[in-house]
Amino acid sequence: MDEITPRDPDVVLSSRVRLARNLSGHPFLNRASETQCAQIVRSTQHVLLNASVAEKIIWIDLDEINAHDRSLLVERHLISKNLAESTLHRGVAISGDEQLSIMVNEEDHLRIQALRGGSDIDAAFQQVRETDLKLEQQLDFAFSDRWGYLAVCPTNVGTGIRFSIMVHLPGLRITNELGKVRRAAKELHLAVRGYYGEGSESLGNIFQISNQVTLGSTEEDIRDIFTERIMPALIDYERSARQVLLKRNPTLLDDRVHRALNILRSARLLKVDEAMKLISRVRLGVCLDRLRVPLHQLDDLFIQIQPAHLRQHVNCSLNEEEELEIRASLVREVLKDVD
Amino acid sequence: MKCDLCNKPAVVHEVTISGGTKKEVHLCLEHAQAAGIAIPGQQPANKLLSKFVIGNKKGETAGHQRCGGCGSTFGQIKQTNLIGCAECYRAFEDQLSQLIEQSQFGHREHVGRIPRKMHTPSHNEIRARKLMRELDAAVTAEQYERAAELRDRLNELTTNVEPEPESGPDDG
Repeated sequence: MDEITPRDPDVVLSSRVRLARNLSGHPFLNRASETQCAQIVRSTQHVLLNASVAEKIIWIDLDEINAHDRSLLVERHLISKNLAESTLHRGVAISGDEQLSIMVNEEDHLRIQALRGGSDIDAAFQQVRETDLKLEQQLDFAFSDRWGYLAVCPTNVGTGIRFSIMVHLPGLRITNELGKVRRAAKELHLAVRGYYGEGSESLGNIFQISNQVTLGSTEEDIRDIFTERIMPALIDYERSARQVLLKRNPTLLDDRVHRALNILRSARLLKVDEAMKLISRVRLGVCLDRLRVPLHQLDDLFIQIQPAHLRQHVNCSLNEEEELEIRASLVREVLKDVD
Repeated sequence: MKCDLCNKPAVVHEVTISGGTKKEVHLCLEHAQAAGIAIPGQQPANKLLSKFVIGNKKGETAGHQRCGGCGSTFGQIKQTNLIGCAECYRAFEDQLSQLIEQSQFGHREHVGRIPRKMHTPSHNEIRARKLMRELDAAVTAEQYERAAELRDRLNELTTNVEPEPESGPDDG
């Protein structure tokens, strides 16, 4: 991943921009036969590998790899759960630095997505735009004058663009303000989703916020509203909630943070949701200067404790109890030197 | 119509469509009973038949028109909220416009980017007209910052876009 210092890392873990594109002259996936799905994979694979969309690009045939490896990609947010679990022929092209991934045969023929650490929608937007321009030289995307880029679902038609940020909102959760956030999001036509996107639960107070409207505005206008109005307001709201916690009862805050840290440093068995909840509290403590741990280390820990990453870490399959044990051991190791 | 098995008038007409082939059976009352085909409430056979025919017609008009590209009906699209192919957008344009408007919170048409291959003078004119309308609205609303942004975009559209070749692949 890049070495650039991320912006607003206290609240925004990552930024993502994705485009939905379909090939003209091919049925969409819900009406495509097995042969047609395979043909789409074959024809796009060649283009994705040769369109110079990144310095290094890797193609992964998702039919060929096992479920464990597919889960690894989901945990790294390089493919969606939907694509991992799909029974259609499908694949993904991933850039060597893992900032760009192009899913083939997800809901649409192509889902082009760029990821960045912190609040850097602009860099992600630029990368998907450049990728789109390169791909459209070799692929004919389904497009109409009236409705723009045609998508499988009417919710993606038009620009096909989705801006999203993964945010850590422990302050708003503890001060019971999340309901207000959800209501405001609904009014502003924003989707609030869990850690793994659509249909997933929030883990460790981490949420994905994204635009719902993709038609009737230019890509730049949708971006500007997202980055200039939505994001600053949400970031300020979370920061204010954290300050409320600090001012209202610093001892209670310290108690929460240190208890969480000590459980993490002493536990012998840890479930993933418990670990994420506790790491979330430690992260809150770090952001309010109650503890010193590099934030990127905690953010990396969120990923490393996921089941497929743990199995990768020990390089063998794990039964349920072994998984809890290995997770606890990994967390103890990472947090052993924290003051 | 006469019975398939004798010269008496046929009172039962059975039409079976299986594997794309239509099979018709026409029987008189005796032969129908012998074949085990029940006639509910001794309804006249022509009523049974007309029910069948009317039922079929109803089906065709109520959302059973099929897209020439993928065979989807609008009923299927509405049920799943998934569109079958690019052709569906043309085949069901009127019905889809409502569905899209609902999904897009009232927005009706695309104003975002256009694939380079489709940049033609007519597209640019359409976009320029849209931008002009937005610019007028922004000036009326005294949103000068937005107006300046729209003016820049309009200038960009009219000055920077290179004419595309009339035909042939765009190798960019």
